[in-house]
Amino acid sequence: MKIKTFFYCLKQGFINLKRNKLFTLASVGTITACIFLIGLFYAVLVNIQHIVKSAEGNVCIEIFFDKEATDEQIKDIGEQIKRRAEFGTIEYISPEQAWENYKNQYFAEDPELAEGFADDNPLADSDSYKVTLNDVSMQDVFVDFVNDLDGVRKVNYSESTADTLTDFGKIVGFISGAIIIILLAVGIFLISNTIMIGITVRKEEIGIMKLMGAKDMFVRAPFMVEGVTIGIIGALIPMGVLYIIYKKVIVYILEQFNGIENVMTLLSTGEVFSVLLPAALIIGGGIGIIGSVITMRKHLRV
Amino acid sequence: MIDLQNVSKAYAAGTPAVNDMNIHIDEGEFVFIVGDSGAGKSTLIKLLLKELEPTSGKIVINGKELKKIKRKHIPLLRRDIGVVFQDFRLLKDRNVYENVEFAQIVVESPKEVRKRKVPAMLSMVGLAEKYKSYPHELSGGEQQRVAIARALVNDPPILLADEPTGNLDPKNAWETMKLLEEINKRGTTVIVVTHNKEVVDAMKKRVITIRDGHIVSDERKGGYSNEN
Ligand SMILES: Nc1ncnc2c1ncn2[C@@H]1O[C@H](COP(=O)(O)OP(=O)(O)OP(=O)(O)O)[C@@H](O)[C@H]1O
Ligand SMILES: [Mg+2]
Repeated sequence: MKIKTFFYCLKQGFINLKRNKLFTLASVGTITACIFLIGLFYAVLVNIQHIVKSAEGNVCIEIFFDKEATDEQIKDIGEQIKRRAEFGTIEYISPEQAWENYKNQYFAEDPELAEGFADDNPLADSDSYKVTLNDVSMQDVFVDFVNDLDGVRKVNYSESTADTLTDFGKIVGFISGAIIIILLAVGIFLISNTIMIGITVRKEEIGIMKLMGAKDMFVRAPFMVEGVTIGIIGALIPMGVLYIIYKKVIVYILEQFNGIENVMTLLSTGEVFSVLLPAALIIGGGIGIIGSVITMRKHLRV
Repeated sequence: MIDLQNVSKAYAAGTPAVNDMNIHIDEGEFVFIVGDSGAGKSTLIKLLLKELEPTSGKIVINGKELKKIKRKHIPLLRRDIGVVFQDFRLLKDRNVYENVEFAQIVVESPKEVRKRKVPAMLSMVGLAEKYKSYPHELSGGEQQRVAIARALVNDPPILLADEPTGNLDPKNAWETMKLLEEINKRGTTVIVVTHNKEVVDAMKKRVITIRDGHIVSDERKGGYSNEN
């Protein structure tokens, strides 16, 4: 298609939109609602994920060995752990290191006191593995597995809140997913109707164009423009609104809960919207294309 | 230029609207197609434009067999055929100039070409001064001349007119026919479907008479058949 033809089709598309204000508004409104929900859902989800991830990082499992466990055995335990699907990271803490950590924690103010133990490490048998998992919901299974391994004396772990967090996330996900799908369908339906009205209004003109040898693309492009424009406006509005809300929420949380940064950090607007904005535009544009193509297939045959 | 071999078209089960027609029209001819209402004239026009597919038979236009033209190439066939209808089919929200220019826009003709061709076409049909008028401000004859200008502005080798004078008074009808004859003299093949007996008789052109989907006569320099 020539550039000039493209602009002609663009202009015709906008004329269609203007002629058809009510339906245009209804379509834009529905898609706005839909993409707003998608965006909201996404923003909440990535933050939950982010918090869970940082929580998971803290949830670490300590594995201690039997007194008589050999270095071979300890190495073998490490190998077995690494083969697990839920395995994330592993770190070997030697007795010396354990003592070093202990000293730092409890004798920070009295280094001399610690010197008394200098040649007789009280934690001589307290070497351990520090393990983190990439899937905290598997923690119980993992702990059972490790407990059954030869040479393991004790497994320390904390019940994590991650389980409940992920379950809650799933429910929210299902409900939001259902609402989003319904809204997507309504959005496509409304766009498709908007375009059908446009086609009906211009039926005569389209008939003449076809008789005069207009190519399919030439006849269709304005309606495609119409659909995509509705979709993109329906994506930009909720993104703008969400952006403002998100910024306010971050500031609010930081002000209300002083020191919360240490417990949980929220993602910056940049981190959230660098993904969300393009995704929203693609979804909006996609709805527009699908809506218009469906209608044109039905009502714009040569 | 146009060749129909044993062409039939049935809309539904029943007698076909076009029944086993054989027509050959050479480049540069002027042909009237006459016949009673319901004889199958408009159906024939639609077959030529590939708006309808024949039930059987073969249609060749400009060396191209219509059946073999792919859907996406139909526009190219239609660019070879200008069409004019009884009801003009002008765009009511656009003026004379824009209506004619529309045909050029639709075939993606560049602006420089449009600026040259549209005024030339308008002066040929004698509407150069009225280029800013809207269809409702024109007489029937003038509207039909706009439609003819629009049909010809892309220089199609063939012009099809389905009852172009059906809505016109005798004077305007006559002028329109004279215009079509003029266009034919410039080299365009012209096919006119009409009920207008006086005009057909006076013009002394080839006349194909159709009845119930059949060709009942095909005469050089003929007149409107009296048998019907
Ligand atoms: N879309 C259609 N579906 C079914 N039958 C049709 C259709 N169009 C036309 N017909 C029938 O086909 C026959 C021929 O119709 P056509 O329109 O070709 O006649 P015509 O010669 O152009 O008549 P007129 O002079 O009144 O315009 C008629 O019997 C008509 O009822
Ligand atoms: Mg007819």
